[in-house]
Amino acid sequence: MSNVAALEAKNLELWYGNFQALRGISMVIPRNQITSIIGPSGCGKSSLLRCFNRMNDLIMGSKVKGEVLFDGRNIYATGIDPTEIRYRIGMVFQKPNPFPKSIFDNAAFGPRVNGIRGNIEEIVEHALRRAALWDEVKDRLRRGAMELSGGQQQRLCIARALALEPEVILMDEPCSALDPVATIKIEDLMKSLAEDYTIVIVTHNMQQAARVSDMAAFFMMDTDRAGILVEYGTTTEIFTNPKDKRTEDYITGRFG
Amino acid sequence: MLRSYVNSAKTTVDKSSLSLRRVRSQTRLRESVIQRLLLACALLSIFTTIGIVVMLLVQAAGFFSEVSILDFFTGTKWAPLFQPQHFGVLPLVGGTLLTAGIAILVALPIGLASAIYLSEYARDRVRRVVKPLLEILAGIPTVVYGYFALTFVTPVLQNIFPNMIVFNALSAGLVMGVMIIPMVSSLSEDAMVAVPRSLRDAAYGLGATRLEVATRVVMPAAISGIVAAFILALSRAFGETMIVALAAGSTPKLTLNPLESIQTMTAYIVQISLGETPHGTTEYYTIYAVGLLLFVMTLLMNLFSQWFVRRHRERY
Repeated sequence: MSNVAALEAKNLELWYGNFQALRGISMVIPRNQITSIIGPSGCGKSSLLRCFNRMNDLIMGSKVKGEVLFDGRNIYATGIDPTEIRYRIGMVFQKPNPFPKSIFDNAAFGPRVNGIRGNIEEIVEHALRRAALWDEVKDRLRRGAMELSGGQQQRLCIARALALEPEVILMDEPCSALDPVATIKIEDLMKSLAEDYTIVIVTHNMQQAARVSDMAAFFMMDTDRAGILVEYGTTTEIFTNPKDKRTEDYITGRFG
Repeated sequence: MLRSYVNSAKTTVDKSSLSLRRVRSQTRLRESVIQRLLLACALLSIFTTIGIVVMLLVQAAGFFSEVSILDFFTGTKWAPLFQPQHFGVLPLVGGTLLTAGIAILVALPIGLASAIYLSEYARDRVRRVVKPLLEILAGIPTVVYGYFALTFVTPVLQNIFPNMIVFNALSAGLVMGVMIIPMVSSLSEDAMVAVPRSLRDAAYGLGATRLEVATRVVMPAAISGIVAAFILALSRAFGETMIVALAAGSTPKLTLNPLESIQTMTAYIVQISLGETPHGTTEYYTIYAVGLLLFVMTLLMNLFSQWFVRRHRERY
């Protein structure tokens, strides 16, 4: 296992107004691995994910303390451009959310917006191939993305993120709106992407976390409903030999 | 004793079920009256519209029996009140297009920019104050806009263009543009706010800035609503009467120069309706022909807008 950190949270705290959503989160996300974030609803999993690419900036009244180190820099330091962070750290959302544009324009959106030079056709083709979607859509790139099935739409959203060659891909319950067949396809895709990218996935699905991830982090709500990191380790450890009683109770389905 | 008690109880039951039945049939009667009343209200506006269209058609037909349609649509001189008479409607159409065009040039960029600001940049608190304020512009009586154009905007413009005459298309068009800004901004903003948050998230997640999100994702997704707003504002500009009657003049002239005095279709209708033109003459019937043309123009725009909205309705 490589020990190079792709992302590192240092004593990270997050508030929405007066409500503390995350408390004292410190964790290292290793490069080229899949790290899953699991835990009951409302424990701050998605909020943590959105801290990693500064998407929480867009929510009025949100406030972050502590550090998130990416490439040796704190992404919350003054002078850091959040749009640069967001194109180097891609994101895939819970519900497939392609733009109501053509398949091609969806995949080309990131490179175009960020003024990336190079052959846009090649970038799009490469991204679609990498997302295992090329063969299904190569004859209808100019057709609307909304014509695709849910699973295809989600792979298009992954391709859209890949077109920017991000270092990290954040996935917020990417399969929760998909059927089992489409889910397996996305999981296989994630495993193949982990060769080149670092993936952080939030999931409600224990089996999915066990199937795909190398590392697993278990989150819970504290008494004041702030999210805390209970236990973090290799997926095998977390699922077969959890050290914390609360992790064990959750894994074995005693609550949540 | 017991028996009489049972009997009386029985009669009570009967009575109450009887009155229940009566109440129910009363309700049914009331419901049907209400339904008919509502239907009558709905039909009233439909019949009024039909009545107006029929009147326009009949009177305009009378006009066209004396003036050839070809002359009407191709003639470049409009002078029904002078000898020799000319019935070429193009100068009036040109006047309407010129003032409405200037108005749209003002209202579209400013209205869209306001809509983008309100929907993508403004905090909730700011939006709740600014939006109603902007909509007040739509509540100012048009006659006020008219003399505002004539007594304030025109003198200001005359400082810039010294040879500009008092009655001119530019002043009327500019003020009309201000009047229709809230139409463009308010309806466009409604369409943009309706674009789901997930699309904005997707764009932000790919490193787009706020302006890029607004122009490359939100506006294209809201295009049907924006076009509908644009068409509505344009038909409002076509039909606007007081501003042009007061500030644009009454000189039918086929020109593209906004500094000149012109006359719009609406202003002409006002002039004839208020003037001493005797009823029953050809001159008098011109207002029906012009009115019908205006109606058809607005109708065509609305049909186009409906077609466009249907064709480009986005499924998110």
